[in-house]
Amino acid sequence: MNSFSHIITLLKKDLLLELRQQYTFYGILLYVTSTIFVLFLSMESPEAATWTGLFWMIQLFICVNAVAKSFLQESRGRMLYFYSIAGPIHFIVAKLLYNLVLMLLLNLLSLFLFMALMGDPTIHTLQFIGISCLGGIGLSVVFTLLAAIASKAQQQASLMAILGFPIIIPQLLLLMRVSKTAFAEVFKAGAVSETILLLIALDALVVVLSIILFPFLWKD
Amino acid sequence: MRKKWWKIACVILLVYTFIGGFLFDVPALRQLQETIRNLYFHVCMWMVMMTLFIISVIYSIKYLRSGNYLHDIYAVCYARVGILFGILGYITGAIWASYTWADPNNPGYASFGSILREPKLIGAAMALLIYFAYFVLRSSVLDIDKRARTGAVYNIFAFAMLFPSIWIVPRLLPSLHPGQQGNPGLDFRDLDNRMRMVYYPAIIGWTLLGVWIATLQVRLKKIQDKTLLHA
Repeated sequence: MNSFSHIITLLKKDLLLELRQQYTFYGILLYVTSTIFVLFLSMESPEAATWTGLFWMIQLFICVNAVAKSFLQESRGRMLYFYSIAGPIHFIVAKLLYNLVLMLLLNLLSLFLFMALMGDPTIHTLQFIGISCLGGIGLSVVFTLLAAIASKAQQQASLMAILGFPIIIPQLLLLMRVSKTAFAEVFKAGAVSETILLLIALDALVVVLSIILFPFLWKD
Repeated sequence: MRKKWWKIACVILLVYTFIGGFLFDVPALRQLQETIRNLYFHVCMWMVMMTLFIISVIYSIKYLRSGNYLHDIYAVCYARVGILFGILGYITGAIWASYTWADPNNPGYASFGSILREPKLIGAAMALLIYFAYFVLRSSVLDIDKRARTGAVYNIFAFAMLFPSIWIVPRLLPSLHPGQQGNPGLDFRDLDNRMRMVYYPAIIGWTLLGVWIATLQVRLKKIQDKTLLHA
């Protein structure tokens, strides 16, 4: 129970910080909106395949930007303070949860904007919302650990993309493929649930790896 | 590893690979013809690359467990030589493709776009990009201890993500590559017996060569970082 309350406290601190320093959150919101708006101006109502491709690319960039700051905002002194009051596993789990919530929020928002501005080619809209949430979770957990790694280096923001893009390729391919089910493409029986299970298993793998590996990054 | 016999074995096996690879009889397939001899070189490059990357990850795990700087040197050197073999794999693959897929007269002809979308090429590109990123990451951390630790963590994480994807991606995309049904890595049920005679020794020979180069690098690095190791 004790470690649970630690995690909740750390999570609460991140959320509270978000509410108090609103400029970071609004910064990302503005980033999402302006990116999609520029996209809207550059092409009108793309086909379904282009639409999903663009959607996932935008998700990827939103994720890199949103998750990157979660570690970058922690100064050295503050990390030292966390070091004295909490364990590494509490810390990484709290960060994972926080980024997950943040990413889900941004995910839904960008999906809404996408559908409003770029037209809505999906046929099973609810399914697509579910898939995009799954994708948001996957992206946020992968980039959380990468943000932790990148925060040890210089030029952190650009490093995130270099480190993350090759790793995220298979997940994006899986997501783009399973997205097609929302466009009423017919799949082999069981293929969709199989892919979704695979995505969930990958997410679980990333979470486990984060919990195992983060303690080594923690000690400075 | 300072024993001589495996280096001698490496030279003998590679000499045999070159002689056997270029002179022995091979089955004449419609699309491949004599280019099939590239199997002894191209496929072996990827095998060596993966072997060296696996060794590199093992040393990264060892480093995290022990904190011994020597293990970090091993991880870096094996990764570096692995990249070298990956690039060689691309070059030999490009030569092979230029006579098969990229040749409009060949029945196996495919457009450049579909060649680049090959699951195996994607997997290889991922592996190389990950290890390039590994070196970028290392060079951007200044503190030596921190560099070794951060590098090891990324090495393990990236490798753990790479492996399922090498298994997943081929099942998602159509492929021109041979050996696609079932296990994408090693399916030699369809390999001719005459070719096995050269192929298996070739794998061992190239792997030994890769390890040899890496151990030389390790020894060089040990001399360079003498003060760090004995501090």
